[in-house]
Amino acid sequence: MSIAPRKPPLQFALRLKRALGGKTGWNGFAAQIAFAAILAWIAYEIVANARTNLETQHIASGFGFLNYNAGFDVNQSLIAYNNSDTYWRVFFVGLLNTILVSVIGIVFATVIGFVVALCRLSPNGVLSRIGGTYVEIVRNLPVLFQILFWYLAVLAALPAPRQSISIFSTFFLNNRGLIVPLPVSEPGLYPFLAALAAGIVVALGLRHHARRILFERGHMIRIWPYVLGCLVGLPLASMLIFGWPFKLELPQLKGFNFAGGARIIPEFVALTVALSTYTGAFIAEIVRAGVMSVHKGQMEAGSSLGLSRAATLRLIVVPQAMRVIVPPLTSQYLNLTKNSSLAVAIGYPDLVSVFAGTAVSQTGQAIEIIAMTMGVYLLLSLTTSALMSIYGWRINRSMAA
Amino acid sequence: MTDLSASSFVRQDLVAERAAPTKTTGFIGFLRTRLLNSPGNILLTILGLLLAWYIVVPAVRFLLVDAVWTGKDRTACLAEKAGHEVGACWPYIQAKLAQLIYGFYPEAQRWRVNLTYALGAALLLPLLMPRLPAKGLNSGLFFFAFPVVAFFLLHGGGISGFGVSWIAGLLQLFEQSIGGAGDLLVNLSKSSAIAPLLWVVGKVLVLVGVLIHWLILPLTWLRDQLQASSLPVWGDFLVTAVIVSAVMFVLGGGVRTGRGALLGSLLTFAGIAVGIKLMGLDHGGFPIVDTRLWGGLLVTLVIAITGIVASMPIGIALALGRRSTIPLIRIFSIAFIEFWRGVPLITVLFFATYMLPLFVPGNFAVDGLLRALIGVAIFTGAYMAEVIRGGLAAVARGQAEAASALGLSWWKTTSLIVLPQALRYVIPGIVNSFISLFKDTSLVSIVALFDLLGSLRASFSDPVWTTPTTAFTGFAFAGMIYFVFCFGMSRYSLFVENRLNAYRRH
Repeated sequence: MSIAPRKPPLQFALRLKRALGGKTGWNGFAAQIAFAAILAWIAYEIVANARTNLETQHIASGFGFLNYNAGFDVNQSLIAYNNSDTYWRVFFVGLLNTILVSVIGIVFATVIGFVVALCRLSPNGVLSRIGGTYVEIVRNLPVLFQILFWYLAVLAALPAPRQSISIFSTFFLNNRGLIVPLPVSEPGLYPFLAALAAGIVVALGLRHHARRILFERGHMIRIWPYVLGCLVGLPLASMLIFGWPFKLELPQLKGFNFAGGARIIPEFVALTVALSTYTGAFIAEIVRAGVMSVHKGQMEAGSSLGLSRAATLRLIVVPQAMRVIVPPLTSQYLNLTKNSSLAVAIGYPDLVSVFAGTAVSQTGQAIEIIAMTMGVYLLLSLTTSALMSIYGWRINRSMAA
Repeated sequence: MTDLSASSFVRQDLVAERAAPTKTTGFIGFLRTRLLNSPGNILLTILGLLLAWYIVVPAVRFLLVDAVWTGKDRTACLAEKAGHEVGACWPYIQAKLAQLIYGFYPEAQRWRVNLTYALGAALLLPLLMPRLPAKGLNSGLFFFAFPVVAFFLLHGGGISGFGVSWIAGLLQLFEQSIGGAGDLLVNLSKSSAIAPLLWVVGKVLVLVGVLIHWLILPLTWLRDQLQASSLPVWGDFLVTAVIVSAVMFVLGGGVRTGRGALLGSLLTFAGIAVGIKLMGLDHGGFPIVDTRLWGGLLVTLVIAITGIVASMPIGIALALGRRSTIPLIRIFSIAFIEFWRGVPLITVLFFATYMLPLFVPGNFAVDGLLRALIGVAIFTGAYMAEVIRGGLAAVARGQAEAASALGLSWWKTTSLIVLPQALRYVIPGIVNSFISLFKDTSLVSIVALFDLLGSLRASFSDPVWTTPTTAFTGFAFAGMIYFVFCFGMSRYSLFVENRLNAYRRH
């Protein structure tokens, strides 16, 4: 006869306590009930008051207004828009403008940040001091101050179109914005794009192949001539066969304004310059901290293994620095996107400006519109932080291995 | 034994002196090692110096050399009048200085603003110097007494009652709200699928309302009696002082140990009485200055300091909530923090300006500045919560464990052991939050409040001073103010950080 282990006692009360109150037991359960009651009471007060107030102001709640005609113009739009379009369309116009200024701002901010960080890290005394001064000045002034400075002081001081500041006779800067050449597509565009895509695919395949050879046999094979050939040669060949992919339409001064070319509105220029210089200063500090966080011994160990300086940087220092740099860098990108909402101060038609600004004052649907606007930004930042936690988890896993 | 000196192995004369090693310290050393040590570096140095030259020289010319220092209106700052290229137009700043500092605050009352600045500085500076004693009293005065005094100084107006009246009024509002909700549910239950449940909950709520009504009856009766008397404020003050001091005495341990608590309470009330008397709050106080007249640096500082003071309790509560083991509280704290951190401040200000008035009872008009303050406090509170959470995590676990081993409750462990250490760790973080809050106050100019930046922008549109350099002059001046505040605070934060990490230095 076998001795069956005795079943543990059921301890029903204990399990109930755990389920209801967590680790804190019945006290915690009581606290939760009280907390839920307070939340319910606040929610009731808010809903009841909002309902009464909306009734007295004769505002119909709900999202029906999104299908009404907006009836106002927007001075920059990536998709076709006119004043008889709906508020839905306004929402997307604003969203796309926000995305546009954020993406371009992020690119410039990254470039500025890395250049300034290189200056600050440089052994050259003058350069590192210039970098330090830039970072201190830019970081200690409010970003709205800088946006207004560029818009109201610098761009407003630019000359009229006839006296435009010309850069190589292709770019013209004046108080109506920046006039740039406009690429106009030619018949050769599609073959050119196809050749470029093919080149990229082949180059990636080659890189994969080279890495496999390296890991399997330990041979380093030389692929860069072929990669260069694919990336440059294929598009070049397509251009020779099918002709130019696009031609640039140069702006010409006609009378009091420019004909041809594309005009970038001054609001956009001011916002991009201010956001990218401001965020660039923060990125510079992040990059500097990241590079300085890699121990000096790593560099020395790399060279004692016989790696060249470039290879040590590429294979040893940069990957370790990136681990420190990437999470705060992402949060700076997010900050830049959130700061782009300051466009409302200078009238660049971003999401907050046209939707939470103009549309609210036209319809009075404050609750719905502001909730939608907040929802967009919230979604963006929650997605980013989710991606960052996956990244952190992978880093932790690779560190533990 | 041989003669050593005769040996050919021993040197007979001194070696010639070697030249001193290349100097690597001081200015010359700096030149050698950091500036001119290689052709590439020489090139970089020249380029850098050129860059600095082309920025510094025009800036100095603009601010000092070409600047106009005296004048009555725009004509003084025009190139034709001055006879040379015109830089900064300082008379414009002189003319607008009052507007940039006080906004449209009535000139006769500006001494109140100055007094508030002086009081704030007198309380803040000793708080910032780690060596000075009495940090508890000092921070109590700064975080609790100063905001109240500053409110009555800046805004004006008096009080018509004291503790008893306020608490009675609040409880009455609460009772009405509960009763109203109960009635609503009972009415709803006539046309609902879950009628019995609604009816029961509604009746329970009504009952709770009635219960509260009877419970607070002594308080409301006392209030009515006091309001009917000849000196409502002082009578109410006396009653409140007696009740609170008695409660403190009993809670402090009665006759055995309660004397300290009693003394503290009496002293606090004596201080409050002096404050009421000095500002004449019992008979109307100072003339009221509407917040729409406030502006300039005053609004910037009011928002920044109120924001940081109000965000501390919010942040502490949220940080503790996020570390709590009670699931509902933890989930709520996480959701609250992540929500407000995920949206830009400007949408929070829009929320506070357009949505908040809809959420409060219609007869309850919320002042424009107060709305912005609420938005800023919630927003900063969420960020502060994360800063403080970092501090809480930095306190060694053994501290809390030792406290519970001594038999302290959770509240005592937190308030006596964990929080004081955590807050000390995060002083640099709090100062950094304050810097970003100080910079972010400029955003309120978008919701029609005239802070420093808003006043500056408003002053550009004055036709008396429109010159080509007005905008640059204004930005230079405001920029210097912002820079001095932010740079000073960031240096202070570094100083505290070094002090906290002193043990790490070798």
